[in-house]
Amino acid sequence: MANVVVVTSGKGGVGKTTSTAALGAALAQAGENVAVVDFDVGLRNLDLMLGAERRVVFDLINVVQGVVRLQQALIRDKRIDTLWLLPASQTRDKDALTDEGVARVIADLRTRFDWILCDSPAGIERGATLAMRHADGAIVVTNPEVSSVRDSDRIIGLLDAKTEKAERGERIAKHILITRFDPARANRGEMLSIADVMEILSLPLLGIIPESEEVLRASNLGAPVVLSNPGSAPSRAYADAARRLMGENVDMTVPSEKRGLFTKLFGRRAA
Amino acid sequence: MHSQVRPRPVHFRGRSYLAFALAPEPPVTDWLADLDAAIQRSAGFFAGRPAVLDLANTALSRADIVPLIKELETRDIRIMGIEGADPADFGPGLPPVLTNGRPASGREMVHETSQAKASEAKTPDAKAKPQPQATEPQPASLLVENPVRSGQTIYFPNGDVVVLGSVGSGAEVVAGGSIHIYGSLRGRAMAGANGNAQARIFCRRIEAELLAISGYYRTVDDLEVDLRHRPVQAWLEGDVMLIAALD
Repeated sequence: MANVVVVTSGKGGVGKTTSTAALGAALAQAGENVAVVDFDVGLRNLDLMLGAERRVVFDLINVVQGVVRLQQALIRDKRIDTLWLLPASQTRDKDALTDEGVARVIADLRTRFDWILCDSPAGIERGATLAMRHADGAIVVTNPEVSSVRDSDRIIGLLDAKTEKAERGERIAKHILITRFDPARANRGEMLSIADVMEILSLPLLGIIPESEEVLRASNLGAPVVLSNPGSAPSRAYADAARRLMGENVDMTVPSEKRGLFTKLFGRRAA
Repeated sequence: MHSQVRPRPVHFRGRSYLAFALAPEPPVTDWLADLDAAIQRSAGFFAGRPAVLDLANTALSRADIVPLIKELETRDIRIMGIEGADPADFGPGLPPVLTNGRPASGREMVHETSQAKASEAKTPDAKAKPQPQATEPQPASLLVENPVRSGQTIYFPNGDVVVLGSVGSGAEVVAGGSIHIYGSLRGRAMAGANGNAQARIFCRRIEAELLAISGYYRTVDDLEVDLRHRPVQAWLEGDVMLIAALD
């Protein structure tokens, strides 16, 4: 039974694409068949995060318009062979996506994969609404910061109104993924606390990804963080989140960096 | 000295008013007798109030209408318009023909006889029924079980709104009556939207952007610091909105 999950946020730059790549890789590592689909037509990034930018021949638009078959556009990851990418087009825009075309592609993906993760563009316009349209579930990526939280609240309202499931009177499973969380800054009140975010959004929490240099390093390497440095704090947080997505009961913790005696003694200077 | 007089622009504004709709039934003399009886029981009920003559139940000609309006004027009922009639039949000298009347809820008619239907404005359709007052009871409150998310608007002009969850920043709740929010109020709440100054706003935790009652509004930027994040109620006293803690 395939599971279509949209990764969305409303606000840009909160970590949708990073999270799509990391969760997709973590699910695939657990043996699931995963397709990650880039809906950010015109501003694609997921190919870079997966280090597949030089292997893109056909893209989502080509498949939506029926120019090529789905298999021709899917790119298999070189490191995990159950992880596949359906890239977006960089030269077109969101108007090239049609309702029927997207419905057909998603239906086709459902027959081949366990998980279909749709990386939504920022905003609440056509690209974002099409990315969420056929979803069974949603991961709402939020930074612990007021504008991001309000935009997430807006997106949650749209998930309850504009998705196919919502229009049939069903509810789509929604989860919050908090990214770029810095416990020290939250303690000092410079950031919203986890409790604040949960109180405002009142949805189940999928995971808390700590702020980490590893995330930027991973994207520059073209590898999901769970592959570039599996022992790092964000990698462990994403792996936990993926297990929760699969229905496992995993204690909610904020993983921190494992520090050796040296870094403990010299703290930030050494980091 | 010569000054050019420029024509001053004329402003037209649309306004709606509540009016009583009187629906005579044939024979008109009997109906007038019933009306007199109703006026006897509640003297001054119609005095000075605008009324509309609903002719949907009758087939009165212009020649019948003029004396009827005179009769009503002797009872201190002044007809401001005619409803349920063809405008072509009623030229100058008679009140204008009105259309698109909507029923209004609120005050009940003091006395009601089978024929003196001096109810408040109703649609012509409702008038045609033998018992126009026996319309479907409208729900007086709206229960919202989910949080009201940013960008969403809950609009319920008929009465109170009860929200079990929170009202997010950038969300809006508009009610004809009072608003009760059992979560946090972070967005806007507008109570008494139809001009009900008795409406109030209650919330379990106030972080609101804007509160409005019967058109008087107040941003909560200037809210006393010790009220923030507390359960409060807001109400109108004259034209001043007051906010006080509930705990």
